[in-house]
Amino acid sequence: MTTSNASKRAIMALSHVDIHYGSFQAVKDISLPMYEHHVTAFIGPSGCGKSTVLRSLNRMNDMIPGSRIQGSVTFDGDELYGPNVDPVLVRRQIGMVFQKPNPFPKSIYENIAWGARINGYRGDFDELVEQSLVQAALWDEVKDKLKQNALRLSGGQQQRLCIARAIAISPQVILMDEPASALDPIATGRIEELILELKERYSIVIVTHNMGQASRVSDYTAFFMVDEHRTGYLQEYAETEQLFLNPKHRKTEEYISGKFG
Amino acid sequence: MNNMHTFLRFGDASERAHHIDKRRRSGLVWHALFISATALAVLFLMLLLVSVIDSVFGYAALQNEVEPSQLIPGARSVSDFSRDELESVAEKHLSAGILRRVQYENPLSERSDADLTRLIEQYIVKPRVLRTWGLWDSLVNKDVSLAFVEANEQSYLVFRNWLSPAFLVADQSADPLKAGIRTAFLGSLWIILITFLVAFPIGVGAAIYLEEYALDTRLNRMLQLNIFNLSAVPSIIYGLLGLALFVRALEPLTSGAIFSGVVDNTANGRTILSGGLTLGLLVLPIIIINTQEALKAVPDTLRMSAYGVGATQWQTIWYHVLPASVDRILTGTILALSRALGETAPLVVIGASTFISVDPSNIFSKFTTLPIQIYQWSARPQGAYRNIAAAAIVALLILLLVMNSTAITIRNRLARKKRLAS
Amino acid sequence: MAHIARKSSFSISLIPKIVLFLCALISIVITVGIAFILIRESYLFFSDPEVTLKGFFTGKQWQPMIGRFGFLPLLNATLTTSIIAMSLGIPVGLAVAVYLSEYASEKTRGILKPVLEVLAGIPTIVYGYFALTFMTPLLRSLFGDDVVEIYNTASAGLVIGILVLPMIATMAEDAIGSVPKELRLAAYALGGTKLETTVKVVIPAALSGLSATFLLALSRAVGETMVVALAAGAGPNLTANPFEAAETITGYIVRISGGDVSYNSVDYNSIFALGLVLFAITFALNLISRTVSNRFHQEYE
Repeated sequence: MTTSNASKRAIMALSHVDIHYGSFQAVKDISLPMYEHHVTAFIGPSGCGKSTVLRSLNRMNDMIPGSRIQGSVTFDGDELYGPNVDPVLVRRQIGMVFQKPNPFPKSIYENIAWGARINGYRGDFDELVEQSLVQAALWDEVKDKLKQNALRLSGGQQQRLCIARAIAISPQVILMDEPASALDPIATGRIEELILELKERYSIVIVTHNMGQASRVSDYTAFFMVDEHRTGYLQEYAETEQLFLNPKHRKTEEYISGKFG
Repeated sequence: MNNMHTFLRFGDASERAHHIDKRRRSGLVWHALFISATALAVLFLMLLLVSVIDSVFGYAALQNEVEPSQLIPGARSVSDFSRDELESVAEKHLSAGILRRVQYENPLSERSDADLTRLIEQYIVKPRVLRTWGLWDSLVNKDVSLAFVEANEQSYLVFRNWLSPAFLVADQSADPLKAGIRTAFLGSLWIILITFLVAFPIGVGAAIYLEEYALDTRLNRMLQLNIFNLSAVPSIIYGLLGLALFVRALEPLTSGAIFSGVVDNTANGRTILSGGLTLGLLVLPIIIINTQEALKAVPDTLRMSAYGVGATQWQTIWYHVLPASVDRILTGTILALSRALGETAPLVVIGASTFISVDPSNIFSKFTTLPIQIYQWSARPQGAYRNIAAAAIVALLILLLVMNSTAITIRNRLARKKRLAS
Repeated sequence: MAHIARKSSFSISLIPKIVLFLCALISIVITVGIAFILIRESYLFFSDPEVTLKGFFTGKQWQPMIGRFGFLPLLNATLTTSIIAMSLGIPVGLAVAVYLSEYASEKTRGILKPVLEVLAGIPTIVYGYFALTFMTPLLRSLFGDDVVEIYNTASAGLVIGILVLPMIATMAEDAIGSVPKELRLAAYALGGTKLETTVKVVIPAALSGLSATFLLALSRAVGETMVVALAAGAGPNLTANPFEAAETITGYIVRISGGDVSYNSVDYNSIFALGLVLFAITFALNLISRTVSNRFHQEYE
């Protein structure tokens, strides 16, 4: 995966972030940048906190009772957890795609229009729906059945619909939590292609347990580990090519070569 | 480029801020609405209980047929009489027939003061109710009651607790001061007993069949669907069924003629047996569904281990599955019976008696039940009936509370035993 | 040698199965019994020379004394009380369900759910008392003694609404709670507020379950007897005014059967004919409710 070094800026950054759930510390001292128009991947064994960190990027952790965050999470230079920040507005700018496709039980059209509508969109909805579906590489397959219930689409199509739905509200960053893990290999391949196209317009952070996927789609990779207290920490962060071909830490190398999961 | 898009299509920063304020505000408004609705529901419950309890206590304006002062000059009430006065007044003024009966049961000289007082009040003084007030009115608007008593000669105020021990043991009477719920209460108990004896074995049996034996055939699916439908049929329909089937068609059976045990020739099949059978049919679907749920909750591994040592299906059920689910079955059954206890419409349709003076002696007796008594008293316009209806309601609610608490205690106790044993 | 062969061909273990099957069969007997009795007595009713099918279904007067057997007044009163009941029960019940499901803390739920259970366990006769002694005086003081009669369908309808409220709240809460969490997460992730998510995503997703609940509650309201018997009135009256007294189908059945009625009179048969109508209405509502509810379960499983 080649990366363009030209004028890259960190659209988001974590700095010395700790996250607790009640008295349990989920992750400690996470610091890493996420660059604009690039794909950053979080990899690591299960339970190492990568999903937790991802959720902190759009304040979805707020919904878990007892969750606490310390440290700095910046978005476009502003503190995401600052005193006057409204989480609802945050989520308009930082979107999320979930592991299991979860379209609304409404028509394909409505799925995409809904998010825009509640956020006060004032343009042409038909155009918005079409553009979002085109960007999500789904338009050709559904353009004749926009009024059909979204649940009738296949798993892979539903996930691309969820991506279109997230795109429709013009976020700057798209967070993806293992977006292809519930899909078959062919659908997975299409999602990976899509990610590569999407990074032209958006910045993407993706959690994945599939190292092949990480090496295929991401520009930067963060490898998380878990210590003896089950607290996650950042073991290594580097450009993807660098991390996979020439890892600095032994644990990174062991994980990549499949010595543990 | 994204930022430009955002600006154009979602408004500038101040518009967006304004919009989110609006969204937040309507969120708060609706949140308040949801909370008020919940508060309203709680309010209804409190209003219900308060309005009932309000009628259980309060002032009553009474008027005597014969004033105590006419019997013993100077006496304000019968409780002022001395022991000798009590005996002499009773002897002199009780009518011949009553006096004979009273003396036969227990001579006057051997009766207690309280007993003589009661006799004199009931048969000689004979107070009757002119008006009653609720608890709130009695405490807050006492002057209204006083004014009423002033305006009506010879009337006086008593603060009355309508739910007195006397009320609980007295039998039916047309006089609200004397009426009690004993007959109705016993009727209810008898009927619930029959209901239980009918519905429990059949209900549990049917549930065992459906859960443990039945294959997924069309007949069995139909059975299941049928039971669900039956549980949603209005209770009055069961009353009609009972009327036509038990009271009319099976009259020889339900009136006891077959067993030559007819208690009351006027019962005509409107007996406790008919009532119990009818309510039994009513709660049967409920017990079936509840028992099915209890059986479903028993893990399959239990059955498998029993089969594994060579037990037959029935042995597995009897020795393993049933004991494991008995707590939930019992709880559900008690709850179903407490529902039956409160049922009024089916028994009215069957023909509960409007006035019976004798306690039910066996299943072929005529009957009345507590809810029906409440119905009859509530329907009378005179004020005092409202009070005794309220008292009867409190008695019924307490009975239901006891039953439900028992059910929950059983469930908790058996659940704990299971946990400790495993 | 392994003793594994059976001694006789008849398995004694069939006996429990047969006995239990007979128990289950009794439920069919009950249904058949209900249907048979209602139909037979209705047939006798309609065979009476004074009664015609057309007169029954379209007649506006129910006066057996003068041979009028039109059931519209009774149906009208039943519909009036039920509609009033639903107007109170559905909005409040749904709001309570939303609150319990989406907003309330564990502690609040722990208090509220028992309250609902208590309300649900109160016998209907107590609600009837409440209608007569509290609701009617309340309405009379609000709207005036001359506007609201002592017996009226509004009072009964409102109290029936309170009666079905716990049932609606509990079942609606179940339906809303069954909506998968992922849908809520998706809506939040798009920047939806709690209200928007609840009203525009969760409730529409629970719609079939909610419809089933409402239909079941309506069926319950239609079949309710004691509240109307005490508070609604004791004489058929075809009117659109809910402040007037009017007798419902169930009220009529209970009044006639509670009195002295001889077995072979047209009055006796009439209560079964009306019972048949009542059974048909509630059965239809229950059936539709189950169909809708099954469709709901299919969507999510």
